[in-house]
This record gives sequence, structure tokens and C-alpha cells, in this order.
Amino acid sequence: MSWTDFTGAVFNFTDYAELLPLFRDSLLAGAILGLVGGLIGTFVMMRDLAFAVHGIAELSFAGAAFALLVGADLILGSLVGSVLAALLLGAMGVRAREKNSVIGVIMPFGLGLGILFLSLYQGRAANKFGLLTGQIVSVDSTQLSALAVTALVVIAGLVLIWRPLTFASADPDIAAARGIPVRTLSMAFMFLLGISVALSIQVVGALLVLALLITPAAAALQVTAAPRMVVLLSVAFAILSTVGGIMLALGGRIPISPYVTTLSFAIYLVCRVAGSWRRRRGWSARAASLRAHA
Amino acid sequence: MRPDVPAPPAEDPAGRPAVTLRDARLAYGNRVLWDGLDLDIAPGEFLAVLGANGSGKTSFLKVLLGLAPLSAGSLTVDGEPARRGHRGIGYVPQQKHFAPDTPLRARDLVGLGVDGHKWGVRLRGRAYRRRVDELLEQVGATPYARIPVGLLSGGEQQRLRIAQALAPNPRVLLCDEPLLSLDLNHQKAVSALVGHQARANGTAVVFVTHEINPILEHVDRVLYLAGGRFTIGTPGEVMTTEVLSKLYGTHVEVLHSNGRIVVVGMPEAVMDGHPEVLPAGEAA
Repeated sequence: MSWTDFTGAVFNFTDYAELLPLFRDSLLAGAILGLVGGLIGTFVMMRDLAFAVHGIAELSFAGAAFALLVGADLILGSLVGSVLAALLLGAMGVRAREKNSVIGVIMPFGLGLGILFLSLYQGRAANKFGLLTGQIVSVDSTQLSALAVTALVVIAGLVLIWRPLTFASADPDIAAARGIPVRTLSMAFMFLLGISVALSIQVVGALLVLALLITPAAAALQVTAAPRMVVLLSVAFAILSTVGGIMLALGGRIPISPYVTTLSFAIYLVCRVAGSWRRRRGWSARAASLRAHA
Repeated sequence: MRPDVPAPPAEDPAGRPAVTLRDARLAYGNRVLWDGLDLDIAPGEFLAVLGANGSGKTSFLKVLLGLAPLSAGSLTVDGEPARRGHRGIGYVPQQKHFAPDTPLRARDLVGLGVDGHKWGVRLRGRAYRRRVDELLEQVGATPYARIPVGLLSGGEQQRLRIAQALAPNPRVLLCDEPLLSLDLNHQKAVSALVGHQARANGTAVVFVTHEINPILEHVDRVLYLAGGRFTIGTPGEVMTTEVLSKLYGTHVEVLHSNGRIVVVGMPEAVMDGHPEVLPAGEAA
């Protein structure tokens, strides 16, 4: 493959003005998913659940593959798979170590199941590949409204439990002493996380869900610790990655996920550099000493 | 001064006890941690709960927090039966470090004590910000109010936890080994802060610790737990060779030197957490 072939496949902006309106629904879907991913990602980071997200994604993949095999709705299949996995992890793992080993055991099993279902499936190969690597370009308006409604449920749920969930994530012992139902909140969060994972799989595929649910929040945490700012930046980064990724992907021939993951990785790198600069320049310096130096 | 908190009800000059235990018993199966415990903790009183590991110190706190039920007897906190999430109780646990990327600044951690238990998101923030500023000032944490908690020292984090616990103006402040893993200066500063809270604002303090020396000057009374028995009294009454020997059922020596109290010769099983009481030669 020559360089021209490569760039032709990856970036191709001929007829871009005509293409863009056709993908309005996809762009909207990307924005919605970015919003959900950015919001839930901050709690995923706070609760140290990055690995769990990966595990849930594999079971979601198995659910979607099963749906594909039996001719059921793909999104429904992946929803069932990931919500079940999320609730299972929520119910089992109390300590982080224990949780990680449970995820490590469940994850390959889910992936294996998914591969089994896919190899039994006789239909189009593109469907199979899409589950793992993303397929948002094909979203239609019914799917879009289903997506929007589900996303709304997740966001409403998160907003409702926002403060006690923050407390329970930051310091579960004190939160429990204050009468906050830590365990119920944890299960509620896992439920919402399961739904978010299933949604994100529609864009970036099971293998790359972390790019939507972890990377934007992780990038935001590099540059700020102010809670509102973290949420704002995380959402902005996630939407930038999904919408930007889709827009870049329109002309090329390859799936959407490399664009999304590359964008979000680039954002993370920039934030990482900015964060280390900020720490070096005395993030932890006291107000008094700052004044003294001024 | 604090418009968000109702004024305390009029009461007789002696004041209603902050905590009342009557004939309280805590047992797990056949193992009795304590029995027949009668105790009134007055507002502003500083009670140290001492004892070896496994003597029931932490269980005592759990009972007060409403996280564990009494096996027998009764317990009231601020005149009401103890229950989980009682607004009259503030809780300061052992120091536990936050991950460096925890998305909370010092003031946000304190803020969790103000409204972290409420549902939804915070819509109007003025009263919230004022209360947080007030609490930060109270524990001397204003200079680092905007610094991420993960970048603060253990002592600074403990100050913030105290501020967080004080947010609802509790009648009782429960401290579970809050000095553990702090250096000597921070131990002193944090104890002084808690002691001041008791004296100046009339908050009753229950301070669970295995080491009385850092808090000795603030302590009014000691509840000493050992092997299913207990003793209550002032430090001068309890921390003596006779009383502790009787409590442990074996001879222990209580030494006073330079204003410090050193207990020597406690039974093997309860030595944990007392490395400082053993001369080097006896460590084996």
C-alpha cells in the first residue's frame, strides 16, 4: 500500500459538503454518546472501575453476538449482556483486588462466548466486525431516538444520585456513617454503567469502549481537580473525540474507531503534559506562599 | 451565627448528655466485648476510649454510629435512640490516603459534609460556599482550600475530615484512631483541634486510640476496655498500675515520665500497636 493509497483510505474529503448532511444522525448519536461517556467516566475514574468497564464490554459483546445469531435486536442484546455483567460485578466485588480477579476471569469467558456466537452466525461479515470495532455510520433515525431516550435515562439517573454517589465514591466509610446507602448506590451506578457501556459499544465497539468511558475523564483529571471543571472537560473531550472522529471518518474507508481513539488519546497526551507542567509549577503550593512570591 | 442550624432547645443548666448508655452489652456469640456499661457523655466532654486491638474499641464506635446493634441495654444519642446517619454525630476515621487524581479539592471534601448526603446536584451554592469557608477557617485549612486532596499531607487531610465531620454541627464527634500514621507534629495539631472543638463549642468527643499520650492534655475521662471488662474514670484514676493490673488480670506497670504515660507488661495478645511501650530488649 502506497502512501497515497493510505491517505486516500484514511482521509478523503472529496464531496465532503454533500456527505456531511447524510450523516447528521450519526453525528448526533456521537454527541449523545460523548455526553454520556464523559459524565459517567468521571465516576468510573473515582471508583477505580476502568478494568471493570473493559470486562463489562466483553460480556456486552457476547450479548450482542448472541442477539445477532438468533436474529434479535443487537442493541438489546448488548444491553442485556452488559447490564448483567455490571450488576454481577457490583454484587460480587467488594474489595478492589477481588474485583479485579473476578473481572479477569469473566472477561475472556465473555469474549470467547462472543466469538462462538459470531462463528455460528451465517450473515454479513461486516456485522461481526462492527461489534468489535464500531459501526456508528449505519445509525438510522429510529435507532437514534432509542439511543437518545436511553442516554436520557442514564443522565437523569446520574444527576439524581450525583452528590451521594460522589460522597460514597470519595470516602465510603464516612458516607456509610452519615447514613448514605453506599451499597445501593453502588448497584445503581453499576446499572447505569452497564447501559452506558452498551451504548458506547455502538460507536467504538467492544474492544475500544475505554476510549469513550475512561480516556476523556482521565485526561480531565490530569489538568484539574475542581469537580465541576472535571465534569465539563471530560464531557467536552468525549464529545470532541466522538463527533470529531465521525467527521474525520466520513470520507475514508476504515471503521470509525481509530479516529475516535486517536483523537481521545491525543487529548489525553496534551492534558498529561499540561498536568505535569502544572504540578511542577506548584499546584500544591499554599495560597500564602504564592502571595509571598508574587 | 449559623442560620442553617436550629438553636439548641432550652434545657436545664446541667445540659442533656450527648450520649447515654444504660446497662449496655455487646457480644458476638459467646465473646462478650463489654457488659453492664453505664455511661453519660456530657456536652463538651472529651472521652478517650483505650484498649488493645480486639478489645471492642472500634465496635464501641460502630454501636454509637448505629452500624451495629447493642446486644442488650439502651443507647441514646442527643436524646434519641442511636441510628445510622444520625445528624447529631460527626465521624472522623483513620487517615487513609486519597489517590492523587481524586477529583476533589480540599474545599470539596469539606463540602461533602455540608450537603453530600442530599440527592441530586447542587443548584444554589451561596450558603454552601459560605459554610465551607467557615469550616475551613475553623480547622485552619483555608490556605490550601483549592488544592487537590490527593496532593495534601496526611495531617492536612485529617483536618479536612474533621471540618467535614463538623459540618452539621454535631453534638458528638467520634474519632477512630485519627492520629494513626501521622507524624508527631500533626498528631499534636489534630488533637489540639479536636480538644478545642470540645471546649469551645461544647461538642462531646469520643476519641478511640491505642495511644493516650498525644491527647493526654485534652482528655477528661478514659474508657479503658480489656478482655471483656472495662474501667471508666479520669486519666489519673485509670492509668495506674493497680487499676490496669486488675483490669488485665495480670500485673502491668504504669510508668509516668516527662508527662507521658507508658504501660509495660501487657498480656501478649494485646501488645499490637504498642511498640513504644516495649524497651528494645523485650521486643522478642
